[in-house]
Formats: sequence, structure tokens, C-alpha cells
Amino acid sequence: MINVKNLIKRYVNINAVDDISFNVEENETVGLLGPNGAGKTTTMRILTCFMPATAGTVTVAGFDVFADSLNVRQQIGYLPENVPLYLDMRVNEYLMFRAKLKNIPRRERRKKIDYCLEMTGISNVQNQITGTLSKGYRQRVGLADTLIHDPKVLILDEPTIGLDPNQIMQIRQVIKGLGEKHTVLLSTHILPEVEMVCDRIMIIDKGKIVAMDTPANLVKQLKTGSSLVLEIKGNGEKIKESLSKIGSVSSVRFSEKGDANEFFVEGSGEEDIREAVFKRIVKDNYILREMRRQTVTLEEIFHQITTRETEEVSENA
Amino acid sequence: MRNVPTIYQREIMSYFYSPIAYVVISVFLIASGFFFAGNLQFWQEASLKGSLDSIQFFLLLLTPVITMKLFADETKSGTIETLMTSPVTDFDVVFGKFLAALSLYIVMILPTWIFVLFLTIFGNPDFGPIYSSYIGLLLMGGLFVSVGLLVSSFTRNQVVAAVIGIVSLIILWVIGFLSSYGDGWFYETLRYAGTFDHWESFTKGIVDTRDVIYYLSFTTLLLFITVRNVESRKWR
Repeated sequence: MINVKNLIKRYVNINAVDDISFNVEENETVGLLGPNGAGKTTTMRILTCFMPATAGTVTVAGFDVFADSLNVRQQIGYLPENVPLYLDMRVNEYLMFRAKLKNIPRRERRKKIDYCLEMTGISNVQNQITGTLSKGYRQRVGLADTLIHDPKVLILDEPTIGLDPNQIMQIRQVIKGLGEKHTVLLSTHILPEVEMVCDRIMIIDKGKIVAMDTPANLVKQLKTGSSLVLEIKGNGEKIKESLSKIGSVSSVRFSEKGDANEFFVEGSGEEDIREAVFKRIVKDNYILREMRRQTVTLEEIFHQITTRETEEVSENA
Repeated sequence: MRNVPTIYQREIMSYFYSPIAYVVISVFLIASGFFFAGNLQFWQEASLKGSLDSIQFFLLLLTPVITMKLFADETKSGTIETLMTSPVTDFDVVFGKFLAALSLYIVMILPTWIFVLFLTIFGNPDFGPIYSSYIGLLLMGGLFVSVGLLVSSFTRNQVVAAVIGIVSLIILWVIGFLSSYGDGWFYETLRYAGTFDHWESFTKGIVDTRDVIYYLSFTTLLLFITVRNVESRKWR
């Protein structure tokens, strides 16, 4: 549905987007992740025909963004960051204006507006002036606007920023629902969000794609062996010595935590070391208070991937 | 062309939702009414001759206030992004906004017909120069609005847009006067480029195609530059 090939966007002296290529399939939800200034918004602005690329080709639903701009825009629903609205209009008027602008036939306009109001849960404020609405409601008005012409592709720039936790949950539900019938590309830096709604994740940093995969695969990729966190009561040094003797354990670290010690045990390979560790502790007669697997979260992956690059760069320099 | 009415409608709506339209129209009517009364008393003549020049001057000051928000506000609030990513051409946007501002300009000068009414009640005015003057005002309005629209498309600050718009119009007005300081092609060009000379013939009751062409072509040129400037975000 979205085809990006060797896309470059150069500002005065930096490449905001530096030679990226990716595809988004029909009805797929892709999360665009990256630190601030990574090039997320720039990429989206190019996809929505707001700015042209310096080099590279982008097609959306089969239309080229540069040559066939109007057709592309007809297929896209775009929610910019900060959701700009005309603050002097009523919600109804605003959506009517947008519906006309998006070439919805006269007879269908009212129906579509009602549907979108319903979908985003803002029917109760439809006669209010948008300027008087709270951030969460404005966000939803923006979302209703992106949906109104039933676009094939939705491009959402940080759709949940600045919302309260309940609203975030609601908006995510809405987006998840939309993902079934639309192709969605959304940017965010809230990681659980991506995990929850996206089929695939694309992490970009300094204008380059540094990782692109399903959330599960990304987690698998970065997990090296299995690691455990334990809380054991007893002499730290001795326990460490004892645990290190287990064949499949590669490293043991510990730190004092209250009247006990917290241990970080890493196994070598994919093997599950929990049983061996447990047996050893029982055998040595120490008191095991807690044992849990340390799972690699997206947050860590994100951190690892985006900082690895910087380290490499600074080493080279 | 399809979306011109949509843009037009929104802009008109927005004019009357904000106090700007009411303030500008009131200021204009109070000021021009005052000068109409003054001129009438001074000349004791059933014509709009003197009043129209002061009316023209107020239009020069107030039209940029009408047009200042057209693009500056969109850029500042970010709505330009939603607007330009909807399936609408740059020309539609520019032309819709132009027509909306021109309509407000017409709404502003329309009540001055009450002066004409007074003249017909208490005297016997010559309608020729009056009609031609209003044709002139309309054409001049197109030029003033397009100047303001262009300026607005260059900045995100409405006050800057208004000030630069007013200054540009004043320059356009006074370069006509400069022509009296010399002869030759340079001064001749200044005289032609300035609005005053063209405006003057309308007040005398002359509708000269040269003047009509001056206003129409100048307006078209400015609208064209505005469309290009709005487009320029694509290659800047």
C-alpha cells in the first residue's frame, strides 16, 4: 500500500531522512518509532504530499506522491502532530467543511459525519466550538476528520500524545479497530502502544531505519540467553561462588538489598536455568525469596538500538 | 476550481465569527462618514469627489487588516498542514481566500451608498462619476486584497502581515506622485505602476480600458505569485 524507495530529505545541511526504503502492506498497522528529531514527522509529511522528497520515490495506493499528489491525498487520512483545527468553528461545521474539501458527495456527507462522530465518541460535543474543547476531544475531532472520507491509508503522527490514560486506552482501541480495515502508519514514542496496536515496528534514528520487524521478533533478536533475577538471603560471596559452579550459568552479579541480596544470573545459550539454580539454592540451604525471568522489553530494545549507533559513531570519531 | 466555494465559505464564516470584520467595517464607516460630512460642508457640491479620496485612503489602511490572517493564521496554527494535505489544489485555496476577502471588502464599501442617497435627497448629483468611481473601488479592492494575500503568505505573524501590507500599498500609492518630479521613461513607468493615476480617472467618470487592464493584470500577477509562493514549500 505504501512503497518507499531510497527516500532522502535534505534540509540545509542535514539529512533529516537519509536513504530509507520500506513497504507497508494492505491492512497492516506499522509503528514508526524513534527519538525526537529522528525523521518521523518528515517522513510522514512526505507521504502526505505536504513536502516533497529530495530524492527517492514514494507511492501510496499505487499513486506517486509527487506526480499524482491529488490522488494520493484523496486516499490518505492524515492526523498531524498537535492536531491543528480551526478553533472558531463548531465540530459539526468543521467536519462538514472537511467532508466537502475531501470531495464527499453531498448526499453522503451527513451520514459520514455522524458515523465518524459515533466512531470517535464525540457525538455529545458536536455543537461545541472546537476552541472550547479539551485536548483529548480535539484529538478525537482530528481523528474523525482523518476518517471522514474513508481513506485507504491512515497516517497518524503521535495520536495519543497529551491524552489522559483513559483517553489513551480509548484512542488505541479505536486505532486497533481501524487497523483491521485500513492501512495504518503511526508514529509514537510510547512503546507499549506500539506493542499493543502494531503488526510491525520500524525504528528510525537520525534518518535511518535501524530495525524493522514484528514486536516479538525484535524481542527475540536481542535476547541473548536467558537471565534471572533472584532475591536470596545469606552470605552474598558464598552464594555467588556456589551459583557460578552451575554448568549453564555464565555470569553472576549481586548487590545488597535490605537484609538479603539481589542476584542477576545469566545463562549461556537458550537453555532454561531456573531448575538448576533452584536446586542448587535448596541444596545449599539458602532462603530463596524471589525468582523471576528478566524479559527484554521494547523499551530496552529501543534504547539499545538507538544508543548503539551513537556509541559506534563516537568511537569512530 | 471545485473546492473554491468550500474554501470561500469557510473564510467568510470565519470573518463573521471573529470580531475583526465588525471592527474593520465600523472603523471604516465612521471614518468615511466623518470625511463625507466634512467634504460636503467644504465644497457645498452634490458629488463624492473629495470624499472618495479619503475613502480610498482608509481602504488602503484597512484592507490589509482584512487579509492579514488569510495565510499567516493557517501557518501559525498549523492548519495549513491539514488543509494542504487534503485533495485540494493550491490555486483553489488562494482563489477561495481571495474571493472571501474581496467579498468582505465589498460588504465594507456597500453602506457608503447611503452617502449617495443623501446626495440625491438634498441635491442633484451626476451619477456618471459615481458609478465609475464604484467600478474603480471594486477593481482597486481586487488589487489591495491580492497585495494583502501575498504578504500574508510570506509570514506566520498577522501583525507583520498587516503592517507590511499597509506599507506596500502606501508605496504603491505614492510612487504615482513621484512621477511629477521628472520626465522620461523612468518617471513614466512610476506613474503607470502607481495606483493613484489610474484611480483618479475613475473618479472623473472615465472608465478607461487601460486602467481596467492595469488593475486586472496586476491582481492576476499577484495572485499568481501567491499560488507560487504557497507551492514553494514543495521545493524550498
